[in-house]
Amino acid sequence: MTIEVNGKSLETDEEGYLSNLNDWEKDVASVMAEAEDITLGDDHWEIINFLREYYEEYQIAPAVRVLTKAVAKKLGKDKGNSKYLYELFPYGPGKQACKFAGLPKPTGCV
Amino acid sequence: MAENKFNTPQIREYPVIPALEKEATLHLAPFKSKEEFQSSLGYPGELVDNWQEKALDKMGDLLKKYRSLRVYLDSCMQCGACTDKCHYYLGTKDPNNMPVGRQNLMRSVYRRYFTLPGKYFPKLVGAQDLTKEVLDEWYSYYHQCSQCRRCAVFCPIGIDTAEISMAAREVMDSIGVGQKYCNEIIGKVHKIGNNLGLPEPALEDTLEGLEEDVVDEVGIDVKFPLDQKGADVLLVTPSADFFAEPHVDGLIGYAKVFHQAGISWTLSSHASEAANFGMFIGSYENMRKLALRIREAALELNVKRIVFGECGHAWRVAYSFLNTLAGPFDFLDSRYPVPQHICEVTNDLIDKKVLNFDKSANDDMTLTYHDSCNVARASNMGGIMGGQFSIPRKIIKAAANNYFDMDEETIKEKTYCCGGGGGLLTDDLIELRVKGALPRMEALKQVVDEKGVTHMAAICAICKSQFSKVFQYYGLELDQIVSLHQLVGNALIMNKKEV
Repeated sequence: MTIEVNGKSLETDEEGYLSNLNDWEKDVASVMAEAEDITLGDDHWEIINFLREYYEEYQIAPAVRVLTKAVAKKLGKDKGNSKYLYELFPYGPGKQACKFAGLPKPTGCV
Repeated sequence: MAENKFNTPQIREYPVIPALEKEATLHLAPFKSKEEFQSSLGYPGELVDNWQEKALDKMGDLLKKYRSLRVYLDSCMQCGACTDKCHYYLGTKDPNNMPVGRQNLMRSVYRRYFTLPGKYFPKLVGAQDLTKEVLDEWYSYYHQCSQCRRCAVFCPIGIDTAEISMAAREVMDSIGVGQKYCNEIIGKVHKIGNNLGLPEPALEDTLEGLEEDVVDEVGIDVKFPLDQKGADVLLVTPSADFFAEPHVDGLIGYAKVFHQAGISWTLSSHASEAANFGMFIGSYENMRKLALRIREAALELNVKRIVFGECGHAWRVAYSFLNTLAGPFDFLDSRYPVPQHICEVTNDLIDKKVLNFDKSANDDMTLTYHDSCNVARASNMGGIMGGQFSIPRKIIKAAANNYFDMDEETIKEKTYCCGGGGGLLTDDLIELRVKGALPRMEALKQVVDEKGVTHMAAICAICKSQFSKVFQYYGLELDQIVSLHQLVGNALIMNKKEV
C-alpha cells in the first residue's frame, strides 16, 4: 500500500503505518488524519510531537501512563488521562496517534 | 481507521442458538506474515511450490508426534453437543465456527490422506482433497478459534479443538502461510525479550515513572526493581503490564503486595514477557525458545522463586509445561510452587494476615469477575480443586465490598472467551472480536442491569485489552475493565514508614 503526500508516493503496511520512518513529514500526519476524518489541531500536534521525541530516544512509543503524565505536565492535570487522549484519537492514542506520527504500530496484548 | 462496516450483534434477552448463515465470516482472515517475520521463526517466507506435499508431510509428522491429534480426528461421532458452545459461532452464526465444523476442516483432509476408506471412497466418508480453496478456509477459520477449549468441556469424549487449531497453524506455517500478528510478536520476543519490542532503556524509564507515580499517590517509596541480582522473586509478567491500561494498575498492585510483605523481587529485561505466543501457533520449538528465556533470567539473577503476573495463556504454559519446556527448576526454593501465580502469592499473604485491606477504597465499584479461558480450563491455583476459580474471587472479596458473579453457565469452567484470545487480538480481526464477545457481553449486561455491576475484573492481558476495545461497541466505557491486582493495590493498607 502507499499514500500520496505532496506528490510523493510513500509506502505503508497493510494497516496504513509508514514502512519507512524517515519518510515522515508533517503533511503525512495531516493526510492520514484526513483519511480518518480527523482535523489535526494544536492539541493533536502536542501528542504527535511528544510521541516522535520519545521514539527517537527509546525506539518505542511511550506507555500510556508515560504519555498521560507528559501531557499532564505540559497541558494541565485535567488533560493527563486516557479519556482526553481518546477524545483526540478515538481509535486509541497508542495506535492512531502512533500512525499519524509515522511510528510503527505497538504490538502485543495491547 | 479504515474498518470494514459490520453490525454489532444485538444483546438478546434470552440467548438462543442462532440460525446458520453459511460462510458468514469466510471473508475474515488476518494479515499474512511477511518473509522477515517468517524466517526469524524458521519458516518459509511465502507459500512454497510443492505446498500440498509439504503440508501433508507435516500433518503426518504431527499425527505421529501427537497421538491426541489422531484421536481427536478419529473419534468424533458428530453428536452435536459442541455446536452451540463456541462464542464465535454464537456471534457470527457461521457453521464453520461450530467446533465440529472447525474440526471437520482438518478431519476431511485427514480422512482423505491418512485413512483407508478416505483414500478409496472419499465421498462416502466426507473426505476432501487439500486444495488451495481448502487451505484458504483453514487460514480463515483456524484464525477464528481462540483456542479457549470451552467446546472440550461439553464434548462427551473431550475433543480439544484448540489442539486441532494449533496443529493447523503449525502446518500452515511450515508451508509459508503464517499470521502476521503472532509471528511478528514471537520474533520480537526472540530478539528484544517481549511482545511489545520494549527495549531495556524504555522499560527502565517506564518503571522509574511508576515509582514516582506511587510516591505521588500514596507517599510510599514502592520499588519496581529491574535485573536485581539475588532478589528472592523473579516476576514474569506480560509486557502489556508496562504499557497499557488497566494492565499497569495491576503491576502497581503486585509491587505494593511485594513491598508490604517485605518480599524482595525483581523484573528481568531478558525475560520481560510472560506471554508465550509459541503455543498459539502450535510450535513446540518456538514455545520452548521463549520459555528458556525465563530459565536463563532466573539463573542469571540467582532468584529463589518465579512468580507469574496476570496473563492467561502464560499461566497455562507456566503451570502445565514450564518444567518440561525449560526445567528442571531444582535450583529454586522447593517450599514454593514452581512457578507460582501472583494470585497464589497474594492469597497466601491474606491467609497469613500479612496483608490487610480497607475495602471501602473500592466502594466506587460494584464488581464481577471474568474467568480467563486458559486459567479456567488449563490450570489450577493453590493446589486445591477449583482453586483457579475460588482464589481470584476470594482476593476480590478481601479487597472490595461489592461483588456479584455472572450467570453460572458463563463462568468458571464454562467461562466464555473474551473474544480476543489465541492470537486473535489484532485490529484486522476486529469484526470477529466484537462478534465473539457477544456471549460474555450478554452475561455482563445482565449483572449490570440486575445487580448494578459497574466494573469487571480480569487476570489476563489479552482479556483486558480486548474488553477495553469492544466495550464501546456494546455501550460500555473502556475503563469498566480492571485488573484484579488494581483492586488489591487500591485497598491495601500500607505502612507509611519510609518517606
